[in-house]
Amino acid sequence: MASPAPAPAAAARSGGALRRAFGGETLKRLRRNPSAVTGVVILLLLVLAAIFAPLLTPYDPAKQSLSDVLQHPSRAHLLGTDQLGRDLLARILYGGRLTLFIGAFAVAVGIVVGVPLGVVSGFYRGATDMIIQRVMDLMLAFTSFLLALTLVSLLGVGLTNVIVAVGISTIPRFARLVRSSVLTIREISYVEASRALGAADQRVLWRHVLPNAVAPVIVQATLSMGGTILAAAGLGFLGLGVQPPTPEWGAMLGQGRNYIFSNPSVSTFPGIAIFLAVMGFNLLGDGLRDALDPQLRGSR
Amino acid sequence: MSGFLGYLLQRLIGVMVTILFVAITIFLMVRILPGDPARVIAGVLASDQDVARIRTQLGLDQPLWTQAGIFLNDLAHGDLGTSARTSDPVTQEILARLPYTALLAVVSLAVAIAVGLPLGALAAARAGSLADLAVSALVLFGISMPVYWLGLMLIILFSIQLRWLPAAGASGPLSIILPAVTLAAFSVAFIARITRSSMLEVLRQDYVRTARAKGTPARGVLWRHALRNALPPIVTIIGLQFGELLGGAILTETVFGWPGMGRLLVDSIFSRDYPMVQGLVIVFALMFALVNLAVDLLYERIDPRVRYG
Repeated sequence: MASPAPAPAAAARSGGALRRAFGGETLKRLRRNPSAVTGVVILLLLVLAAIFAPLLTPYDPAKQSLSDVLQHPSRAHLLGTDQLGRDLLARILYGGRLTLFIGAFAVAVGIVVGVPLGVVSGFYRGATDMIIQRVMDLMLAFTSFLLALTLVSLLGVGLTNVIVAVGISTIPRFARLVRSSVLTIREISYVEASRALGAADQRVLWRHVLPNAVAPVIVQATLSMGGTILAAAGLGFLGLGVQPPTPEWGAMLGQGRNYIFSNPSVSTFPGIAIFLAVMGFNLLGDGLRDALDPQLRGSR
Repeated sequence: MSGFLGYLLQRLIGVMVTILFVAITIFLMVRILPGDPARVIAGVLASDQDVARIRTQLGLDQPLWTQAGIFLNDLAHGDLGTSARTSDPVTQEILARLPYTALLAVVSLAVAIAVGLPLGALAAARAGSLADLAVSALVLFGISMPVYWLGLMLIILFSIQLRWLPAAGASGPLSIILPAVTLAAFSVAFIARITRSSMLEVLRQDYVRTARAKGTPARGVLWRHALRNALPPIVTIIGLQFGELLGGAILTETVFGWPGMGRLLVDSIFSRDYPMVQGLVIVFALMFALVNLAVDLLYERIDPRVRYG
């Protein structure tokens, strides 16, 4: 959602690209990349906070306490309490599990469907390619958030449907990216040579084409995590995402907005949490792109 | 000129085909995806007779092909059906809301271009400087921030604390400021980012070096030579990014109670007004397609290398 697709097949300059892309050289470049390091630190903190939520807060995120509603931040409740007296910090910590889970699975849906479509489209070309690309055009014509919103309104709310709806809206991005990678790679001389020597389609695909298409997909997947988290939280904000009482950042923000006059923190803190998660993935994605493809460095 | 008219006609037909397919898709989605619209509209407690009556009313008892024929025939005449909630024509209700969404989108886009373009150009001209770093930070903030959250924060600051601007509704010119700024934020960041990269690309070119060598003042090189040549990819991205803007408008309108199509869509989803949802999706897709057509036509004006015909 947030970033233009990384240049396709840039890592495809020679064989053994997979090893080359993820070998020590790349890791070294990643470690020197301030954007990637900041992203990793933010994301690690969020993941650890989500995993160790029970150790970090004594409160139960679902426990209501009508004598403690809408409290401002205090020593007892570091971030205050919500409209039902639930501890906000506990809800944000536990909510992180759900947000990261939704984001990751939605991107997985996009990859699992989009990558094969892109490979088939780019490798076999012709009529198959035409049909797949027109379907992708059609999905893009809906625009991604509207597509997710429409799907969820027809499928019904709930965790699985949010993942499916947001995931489907990311499919064209991966299909397009992989198609252009594959189109570029199959023209490269060593792939042509391998075909000329009589290698079967399957072998060419698995040995040469796919490994070279992986790096841009990883960059796109990382950047897409930010997009899927924003979209899923947006659905939650509208009341069309994960349903209460499950703590989900977007839904917390949406319910909190009715109380911004009496206690702004109820909608402020979940928003900061969403922002940090999305920023973490954007930073890491930018850093990965620079590290995997030094030629692109600084151009975006 | 006839070449241009021919091109325009060809593109308009393209837009119509796209919208036709969008219409067929949403039509099928409403009818094929699990869930019976008639039962949902009638409610859980409704009797089977009531559900049957609503089904007849919506034409859902007809065979799918008949329904599709009626739907597409009506669509060709600009008739998007009847709202299940108010029984008013969908087209009429959408047309009443359309100006608000169009106004919000246009003002936001204007703000985004007016702020994003110079910021991106500045960052590219002084790549590596403190100003560049500041723009990068701003871009990161803009693309990472949930639009609905920014809206709420602006309401808290400008409406509740300072009491300068109205928090909701569309009464008077002041009321568009907060929604427009909220919606523009993401686009500002996006446009600044793409302007920076496009300008950096152009500033490396030979003709820029030549312009500098012949003594053109730095400012002239930047704005006359570089920006003009960097513009085409920027304009394309702005067009494509308009889809994100429409998605953001749905959320922004909800935050600010702005009476546009986005809020109507959310309300219609909650009241299970499927004909209205169907109509709104088609009109949103039409807006997106037309904006991208306009962007492609702009291309000829800004990029002399492109000629149609």
